[in-house]
Formats: sequence, C-alpha cells, structure tokens
Amino acid sequence: MRNILSILTVVIAIIALWYVGSFFMNRAWVMDQAARAGETPSLMQQIEGTMTQDRAKLPAPHQVAQELWKGTVEKKVTSKRSLVYHGYITFQSTMAGFALGIFAGVALAVLIVVSRVADLALMPWAIISQTIPVVALAPMIVVLSNAVGFESLIVPKALIAAYLSFFPVLVSMIAGLRSPDGMQLDLLRTYGASQSQVFWKLRLPASLPYFFASLKIAVAASLVGAIVGELPTGAIAGLGARMLIGSQFGQPMIMWSALFAAAILAALLIWLVTGIEALAARMMGGRRA
Amino acid sequence: MKQLSARFERIAWPLGFGIAVLILWQVMVRAFNIPPAILPAPTEIGAAIARSTHILWIDWVQTAVKGAITGLIMGAIAGVAAAIAIDRVDFLRRGLLPVANFVAALPIVGVAPIMVMWFGFDWHSKAAVVVIMVFFPMLVNTLAGLAATDRMQRDLMQTYSASHLQTLTKLRLPAAMPFIFNGLKIATTLALIGAIVAEYFGSPTRGMGFRISTEVGRLGIDMVWAEIAVSALTGTALYALVALIERGVTFWHPSQRRRR
Amino acid sequence: MTKKPVISARDLDLTFETNDGPIHALKGVSLDIEKGDFVSFIGPSGCGKTTFLRVIAGLEQATGGDVSVNGMTPEEARKSRAYGYVFQAAGLYPWRTIEGNIRLPLEIMGFARADMPRRIERVLKLVDLEGFGRKYPWQLSGGMQQRASIARALAFDADILLMDEPFGALDEIVRDHLNEQLLALWAKTEKTIGFVTHSIPEAVYLSTKIVVMSPRPGRITDVIESPLPRERPLDIRDTPEFLEVAHRVREGLRAGHAYDD
Repeated sequence: MRNILSILTVVIAIIALWYVGSFFMNRAWVMDQAARAGETPSLMQQIEGTMTQDRAKLPAPHQVAQELWKGTVEKKVTSKRSLVYHGYITFQSTMAGFALGIFAGVALAVLIVVSRVADLALMPWAIISQTIPVVALAPMIVVLSNAVGFESLIVPKALIAAYLSFFPVLVSMIAGLRSPDGMQLDLLRTYGASQSQVFWKLRLPASLPYFFASLKIAVAASLVGAIVGELPTGAIAGLGARMLIGSQFGQPMIMWSALFAAAILAALLIWLVTGIEALAARMMGGRRA
Repeated sequence: MKQLSARFERIAWPLGFGIAVLILWQVMVRAFNIPPAILPAPTEIGAAIARSTHILWIDWVQTAVKGAITGLIMGAIAGVAAAIAIDRVDFLRRGLLPVANFVAALPIVGVAPIMVMWFGFDWHSKAAVVVIMVFFPMLVNTLAGLAATDRMQRDLMQTYSASHLQTLTKLRLPAAMPFIFNGLKIATTLALIGAIVAEYFGSPTRGMGFRISTEVGRLGIDMVWAEIAVSALTGTALYALVALIERGVTFWHPSQRRRR
Repeated sequence: MTKKPVISARDLDLTFETNDGPIHALKGVSLDIEKGDFVSFIGPSGCGKTTFLRVIAGLEQATGGDVSVNGMTPEEARKSRAYGYVFQAAGLYPWRTIEGNIRLPLEIMGFARADMPRRIERVLKLVDLEGFGRKYPWQLSGGMQQRASIARALAFDADILLMDEPFGALDEIVRDHLNEQLLALWAKTEKTIGFVTHSIPEAVYLSTKIVVMSPRPGRITDVIESPLPRERPLDIRDTPEFLEVAHRVREGLRAGHAYDD
C-alpha cells in the first residue's frame, strides 16, 4: 500500500515535470510567433500556446494521450493511420522472433550443456553476437532473406528480433540445466539412472523456473528487435516505421504516439508473459523451494 | 600442464569455430557464384576494409567515440549518481524502483527520432539517445546492488557508528560493484545500438549507420560488411574492456573466483 | 555366528590428487558389516566417514584395496538395487509432490506402473507420512521432508540403507524424534544401515556397532560393539551402560588426535 502511494507520487511528479518541460521547451516558438505579430503574450497565453502546438518540441502529456486515443479508438483498426494496425504489424514480427528466439536459445543451451566441445566453441560466439549491434546487421539480414526468396518483411524482422531475444533464454537455460547440485546428481547415480534420465527427470524440470524467468527479458528484447528491424528495412507499416515517417515529415505527434504505443505494447507483452510465468509456477508446485 | 591445455582449449575451440565459419562462407560464395551484391566473400570484405580505412576511421570516430562512448560514460555516471541519490530517500526508492524497472524494459530506442529533432543531426543527438538508453539499466542495477548488503553487515557498520557516507563507500558501493558492472555490460551493448539507430533518423554525411544505409542503396555490400566488422570489433572490445575492469574491481566475488 | 558380511572392506585406500598435493581420504580401512547391523561412522570432519560411505555406494572409486557389497562390487550392487542412499539434505524435487518424489527411483528403475501406488503407500506408512503424499515438499517441515527422503530410499526394497548425516541439518528436538522413529523402522524392516554422524549420543543411541574414525589420513581407530539391547527407549541415554559406551567413543576420538587442532 505504501509502495503504491510512492509509485503514484513518482508518476505524478514525472507528469508534472513533463508539463514544466513542455512549457519551457515550447515557449520559444510561442514568443517567436508573438514577436512577429508584435504582441507580448501574458503568462496564461504563453501556457496555452505551449500546450496546443501541432509541432511542439515536447508535446504536453494530454496531447500525447489525445493522439493515442485518436490513433487507437477513433480510427478503424484497418486504417493505415491506426496505431492498432501498426502495433499489430510490430506485434506479429515480435512474436515470430520471440518464438524463434526461444527455440534457438533452448536448443543451443541443451547442446552446450550436453557437449563440452559445443560449450567451448559456441559460448564465446553467443556472447560476441550480443556485443555486435544488430542494427548494423539488419540491412544485410533483409538483403539475404530477400535473396533466399522471402519477399515479406516479417522474416528479416523476426530474425532480427530473434537475434536479440535468444540470448537471455540461452543464458538462463544453461544456468537452469546446470542448477542441480552434486547431491541431486549423486542421488540419481545411486539409482543407476542413465544420462537421458538425468536430463529428462532432473535437469529439464529444474531448468523450467529459469526458463520462465528469462521470457520477460526475451520478449522485451524481441520487441526492441522488431522495432529496430523496421528502421533500415524500408518498412512502411509498424511502430518503428511510424517513428521513421514522423521523423522524415517533421511530425512530432506521430513519433510520440508511436513511442507510447510501443511502450504500451511492451507493457502488455510483459504482463502476458508474467501471467504465463505465474501459471507455470503454480503447475510446478506453487512455489520455488 | 593440465591447466595450460585447458586454457589452450578455451581459445582454440572458439577460434577454430570462427575460422571454420569464415572458410565455409568463402567456399559457399565461390562455389555457388553468389553475386557480391548479395553476399561478398570474406576476402572481398577484407579488401574493402583495407581500401577504405580512412572512411571507416571517420565513421568510427563519429559513431563509436563521439556518439556511443561519450553517451555511455555520461549515461553510466548519471545512472549511478541518480541511484545513490535516490537510495538516500526511502520514499523515492520505493516509488522509483518499480517505475525505473518498468521503463528499463520498454523499447527506449524509440526516443531516437525525438532526440534527433531536439539536438540536431550531429553526434549530440546520438549521445543523447545513448544516455537515455544506458541510464535506466544502470539506475536499476545500481539500486539493486546498493540493496545487496545483508542486515548483519549493515548492523556491523552501525556498531562502529559509521556515517551514511562511510557506510556507502566502505560497504554498500563495494558490495554493489558486481551489480553495477552487470548493468555496465548491458549498457555497452545498448550504446552502439543506440548510436547507430539514431543515425537512421538523420545524420551528417559520416557515421557507421549513415554509411550502412547509403551503401546498401548503392549496392556497395562489401562496404556494409566492412562497417559491420568494425562495429562488431568495437562492441566486443568495449565489452571485453568492461569485463577486464570488472575482474580487477570485483575479484572477490564468487563469479570471478573460478581459478585461484 | 558365522554370517557372511553384507558389506566387506579390505585395506581400502583413497587418495585425491589436488593442487596442494595428494590428500589421503582413506588409508588401510578394513571393516565387515553384517546383515541387520546398524553401523554408525563417527569422527571429526575430514576423517573420511562420508567418503567411506560413498565408496560403499560406488559414488567414489577406491584407489586401493577391495570393497564388496552382497559379494559384488559396489557398481554391481547398485545395479541390483542393493541399497538406498539418504543425503544430508532431503533434496526433494520441488516440482513433484511427495508421492512423485518417491515415485522417482521407481520410474528410473523401471518398476511397473501398477505396482507404484502400493509401494508408495507402504513406505509413506513406514515413515509416518500417511496422507501427505499429495503435498509438495515445501508444505512440509524439515523433519518431515527428511522422512520423505528416507521413504524415497526405501521405495525399491533395498536391503541396505546408507545415510550420510541425514539429521545433521535438523534441530535437536526433531532429531531425537527422528532417531526414535528410525530405530522403529529398523526393527520393522530388518535393514542393514550405515549411518554417518558427528554426534556421539546419536551414534551410541542408534548403533549396534560404532566405527570411530580420525583424519589425516582418514582411518578407523576403534570399532565398538554396543552392549545395549536392540529395544531402546529414548531414556536409555541416561543409563550407565549408555554413558559407558559414549565414554569409550569419546576416548576413541581423543586417541585419534581429533582435538589436536
């Protein structure tokens, strides 16, 4: 309860600061306009002027909220200007990349845990892959997937999203598969368990909490990948593409609404994954020991 | 002897794998006559690097040094400083931590076009994007690190009647170091992404992101790969540098104590 | 009595190679354990008591000497399900119910599905955990968890029970209770039990035979046959006979220079 109060206070403070920021950042334009018209605006006029600009440097919170409302509720979902439409495009490649990333992460983790050679040869490259900025690779991924015959943009976007999301899954799965301690392994040895029995009965179930914990990070990373993937790929639909269009045509409201739509999408995805995690935890015995 | 061969293996296997991939790449390109406009062979990329070191250098300074590294340093310092300040006030900490945690999970790259609008095309806007991207993971990790001491350790400091500053510098900051470095590692990988992404929203006629997008348009794919190679090397080197400093600073932490 | 020993060790040596030179975990250890014996291994840390138990279980390979379990090598004995092993911690899988945990060895050893519920029911009864089968481990107290892990070791009808400080992590009161229960269980099932402990009262109270060990190198310094009857109420610990045995154990530990450092 006290926490909620603190969080609320912080959020309100941020919004207040934002209004103050809008006032000061947008005032120059208001003063400029006024000077040109030969007027000196009162403070109230200034405030009004800074909160209603179409091309504000920093649109006020209510302007962004209005724009979001217009883009989601008032526009038909099929409209090219609907944020739901663009969000859905981004959501698609996020989920495709997420699924691909999970698959790649789990498969690699199993390989690395089972084989020492794979551990030595692949693990350093997995780490290095994350230090390479994907954005640099992105155009090449488009060129290559085009060359292989994928016309649709969803393939390269999903690949870029998977490139970012496989790593948290990999790291967590390796930790999870290796989490059983010597005692638990000894216990199975006293039963004369085979390697595959150790894997299926101990290592895999022991890794599940780690797996679900990694999904939150992975889905957030996947969304970043999907958005970033829309920038250099010449996409015209999707939240990343909206940002690019807003930037090219000097329309701050488009950028801001796309930014917040992306944030809302991220929140929804994380909320969804957290729910799945809680469900899985309940099925696995309710609580981690 | 045994340790030496283990060390050799740790280097030989990944190196061997990397070389094998390069050779396979080269052979595939040659065998299937893949046009350079789709996928140039590693040798062609090497030639492009050798041919255009000057351009690569200019781009590197613009994007990596001025954009990414400047932003990284400013964002990291700001994040740690903010965490230390917030940590003093319990109310703020309880309110800000969930908010910061939430924001850290959002696609912050999206602020790139806004920063370009605010700070112009040159490196300042790139650094600004990096600062914001880096700030939140640093803040969250440092806050978690500052909370990582246990009751007994803090009680001990209290029995010495240590001041807040003393407890901070002698106990809590050292204990937070593994967390701070963890944040820093995340931050280094984000920094280059941020700096390059921001260039897609507008840049002067230099910079790695600028070069990549223009060369893709001109089908100068070997040059694109040359930029990718440079960015890969930069990213890895930055990460390695942080890891190296980490090993020096947090040598006492179990994760660093593997061999002693 | 000319019973053939169930467990027999002759001149066991076990040396670990470490960076600081070799460590003699066991040196010249010889011991016979007969059917139905309750044998405790006691000694300070580093005396090799746990290592010895692990060698018997085939979890550790001796570097010299012989050990046989039911006339077989430890490896073979393990394959013939000769023993159940109980560790210091219960080590129950948090994602399985108590029943599921007891079912684990049965699944691995390939028991018939239809046979499992009956076996689980029986061992739960043996350790006094009837009605707890559907609970998850974390819903049980530490002592109950350890009893569940004993049930798990009993589920596949091994003749020998090897226990490595099974009650070491529990408090004294719970421990007393479990000791009593363990004796009852031993009387009911007539298992042969090998029991590692560092508590003198526990060793004396439980055992028919107490093996005193000492470190550097790990070796046996004394083997005490207990004169106490097999029926033992808790207050037997106040009798002169009990104190007498406890005294001898203490002497044995002292003779092994256990308190030098």
